[in-house]
Amino acid sequence: MRTLPRLDADNRAFWTGGKDNELRLLRCKDCARFIHPPRPVCRYCLSENVAPEAVAGTGVIDTFTVNYQKWHPAMEVPFVIARVAIDGAPGVILTTNIVGCAVDAVDIGDRVRVTFEQQDDVYLPLFEKIA
Amino acid sequence: MSRSDAYITGIGQSEVGMRLTRHPLLLTVDAVREALDEAGLSIAQIDGVSTYPGRSPALLGFSPVGADELIDALGIRATWWRRRRGNHASQLGAVVAAALAVRCGQARHVICYRTVYEAAALARPDEYPMQRRDRVDGFSQWTAPFNALSAACWTAQYAMRHVKKYGLTREQLAQVALTDRANAMLNPRALVREPLTLDEYMSARMISTPLCLYDCDRYTDASTVLIVSAGDAVDEVSCTPIRIAAMAGSVERHSWDQAEWMACYPTGADLWKHTDYTPSDVDTVQLYDGFSFQVITWLEALGFCELGEGGRFIEGGERIALDGELPLNTFGGQLGAGRLHGFGFAHEAVVQLRGKGGARQIAGDPRVAVSTSGGGPLATALLLARD
Ligand SMILES: [Zn+2]
Repeated sequence: MRTLPRLDADNRAFWTGGKDNELRLLRCKDCARFIHPPRPVCRYCLSENVAPEAVAGTGVIDTFTVNYQKWHPAMEVPFVIARVAIDGAPGVILTTNIVGCAVDAVDIGDRVRVTFEQQDDVYLPLFEKIA
Repeated sequence: MSRSDAYITGIGQSEVGMRLTRHPLLLTVDAVREALDEAGLSIAQIDGVSTYPGRSPALLGFSPVGADELIDALGIRATWWRRRRGNHASQLGAVVAAALAVRCGQARHVICYRTVYEAAALARPDEYPMQRRDRVDGFSQWTAPFNALSAACWTAQYAMRHVKKYGLTREQLAQVALTDRANAMLNPRALVREPLTLDEYMSARMISTPLCLYDCDRYTDASTVLIVSAGDAVDEVSCTPIRIAAMAGSVERHSWDQAEWMACYPTGADLWKHTDYTPSDVDTVQLYDGFSFQVITWLEALGFCELGEGGRFIEGGERIALDGELPLNTFGGQLGAGRLHGFGFAHEAVVQLRGKGGARQIAGDPRVAVSTSGGGPLATALLLARD
């Protein structure tokens, strides 16, 4: 079981987009840049004209770690934690897990695609390697 | 000496241990007493208190003693106090804030303290319950759902980038842990005083690659105090005052993943903008090492070597040894002396600059030291000098 985010007006689009199989990031309608974490103002131009928008859902592994420590007794290890730079949204990096491959098959620069894992009302964007 | 300068005068430390039973407020009082004795000051002369991060009710062991409690317990009449983390983020930001306060005439002698009680709290959950939240918000929501639950995982990702991009090796990284442990064995108050070999390091279990068990500090119970005094008040003090020659701190994005680099990089560069000293003037460095890799980043950030060269800079360990050209974490760092959480680095810089290091004292009459705290989006650097 994963620790889940508390949904609110700012983050709901991000955490529930997976219901429609969409990775949704907040985008400024005035300067066109993406804002993450989502906030009601653009950090680049201070516009409040911001709205969620679906991106392709692919990206590149910026860096990663293979976690071996059980931070709580029920945790299954090892697993990969990675930072993924999201295609089409320059500057946005998501901390996530790389799933569907051996932990030693992951490297910086690998191309990955989102896959959602549902838990209650939250759709967690995990990523798997593009073959 | 003019009021435009701030000095660290008295310093103190409680006993350092794991699962201590002494009350955390009393550990703090122990450290205060030692600092007052050294400085020849009385409580009546203290008019300011500063701490990091302030009492943290949801995680009491992390920070069990609030500034308001200490002021009340000691009968301090404070004209200035700082009860929570403010600007100049990270642990030694409490010292930066105190220095600004004395330079502005808001106080003359400020007790800065950091009390940690994480090992005791874990052992006594009835007294120190961990409040479990059903759901997370704020920064945690971007890491916790992916089981990236520890700063070890976040730091490890920056370290992995150094491994892949700049060729950082485990043998190089080991030099931080080995140097720390060798120095800790000469420090009577260090938490861990058994020897550590390269073989033991290389065969240790992984926590989060490339960080192994010996790359991570461990829960500690202790209190550390630094008294910051105004330049026009140091004639009231009986110990050698150590001048805060420069200070810097920065946060651009308060995030462990949106920032490309840890905040130490801009902070390290900024430090030298506030002084005529240069890295070549520095006699010893006391660099935050909650995780060994942070030492590599601070060495690069402060300009002791180029970005990406930190691993090669400490290769073999001779350069950063007690008798090397740039002695590192001479008290044992957090990996050896215990997780004093930032304050240990400034405490030790003062010890060395006063020549009071005993068996671990570095040679050559040191006059200039750097101490730092923080990792990820938090960073503070202090340049300390004996005039
Ligand atoms: Zn904008």
